Amino acid sequence: MDQQLRTELSRQGIFTTTLEELYNWGRKSSVWPLTFGLACCAIEMIATTMARYDLARFGAEVFRPSPRQADLMIVAGTVTKKMAPQVVRLYNQMPEPKYVIAMGACAISGGPFKQGYNVLKGIDRYIPVDVHIPGCPPRPEALMDAFITLQKKIEAQSLTGPERPRHLDPEAPSEFEVPQYGAHDLVPAKNVKLWNITLKNAPNEPCVVGDDGHRKD
Amino acid sequence: MSRVWWVTMDIEKIKSGIEAAVPGASVQVVLNASPSAQHSLLIGREHAVEIARFLRDDAELRLDYCSNATGVDWLDTETSEKVKVKKLVDGVEQEVDEVRKTRVPGYLEAVYHLYSMEKKHGPVVMRMRTEDRERVTLPSLTPVWRSAEFQEREIFDLFGIVFEGHPDLRRILMWDGFEDFPMRRDYVEPNDYEYEPTAHDAVLEKAKAARAAEG
Repeated sequence: MDQQLRTELSRQGIFTTTLEELYNWGRKSSVWPLTFGLACCAIEMIATTMARYDLARFGAEVFRPSPRQADLMIVAGTVTKKMAPQVVRLYNQMPEPKYVIAMGACAISGGPFKQGYNVLKGIDRYIPVDVHIPGCPPRPEALMDAFITLQKKIEAQSLTGPERPRHLDPEAPSEFEVPQYGAHDLVPAKNVKLWNITLKNAPNEPCVVGDDGHRKD
Repeated sequence: MSRVWWVTMDIEKIKSGIEAAVPGASVQVVLNASPSAQHSLLIGREHAVEIARFLRDDAELRLDYCSNATGVDWLDTETSEKVKVKKLVDGVEQEVDEVRKTRVPGYLEAVYHLYSMEKKHGPVVMRMRTEDRERVTLPSLTPVWRSAEFQEREIFDLFGIVFEGHPDLRRILMWDGFEDFPMRRDYVEPNDYEYEPTAHDAVLEKAKAARAAEG
């Protein structure tokens, strides 16, 4: 419908919408997160839901204790290799449409523990992430910003065509491979269908060392 | 007046106390030369449980609280010293310098920090060493101090020291099928290098190795 006509109609007290807008408005206004936290970021997530920051203003007040009733997984904290299969399994148990926010440095990349032996280098090795929030930990405002970003993403989703949400695409996968505990590491170490950044397609590591042995770049 | 409850204990006195109470016990004092002067007792494996019981139950010591148990990995060391040796060189006896190398096998060590809640003193630092890095059994002190249970499990998990007499010796941090001991100094972590935007030092070395391996 023509935007001008629409504005004119609303001035006359006639509200027009499309099915898509109505549908997405409903979806974005009732994103219920899954109740779980992994580390210190979870404390900030809890603060976000409480009275001072009040995530309920955006329709996400109901943290569901069961993955079957949740729409959003907030991966709040360090994902250790021991915990990763459980996180993926919880994601698989959530019904579509489902979204993931990776909250904080650890969830997006392993953070300060990246070079350690026991921490996953980011949850997007195993499940698709919609919004990444940097920070250690991110402030509640950052989580709300991520949430609003997610709402905008939901709002902009077209219900038909190649960009349609996953739950309307029968071909799109809803579950992802749960890694197994191996003798030395998780097997597989990453889901190559989701994470295909290799050294071949990554830029060179820049490193300029001065005369004093300190980095200059 | 502030009450001093952090009393440094006379380690030699504890040592002689143990020797009197537990016949045949081997106790050594390991001196700490740093300003903290936290000397420790190195006790033999054979009598460790009796010694621990004595430390806990002795009326004067009453070390009823094991606050911390941890592990240390000591690698094999090689020391070389120059020795003058008399040797026949061209039929003439001469003094020749020779480098003699001695290889000292490494060992794993469990360290316990003991306090007394009753007497308000401590810590007493107690160590036990395994025979070497292959024969890695030590007696468990969990029957003496219950608080050592999880910490000994953690030592088992990360250093691979097997505690005999532990009620529930399983891995605690890593999963059950995990085979390595990550805190040992010869642990090789899985080669899972990924692109690092600000690689430097050890990570830069890893980056170069990964790129070289990829060709």
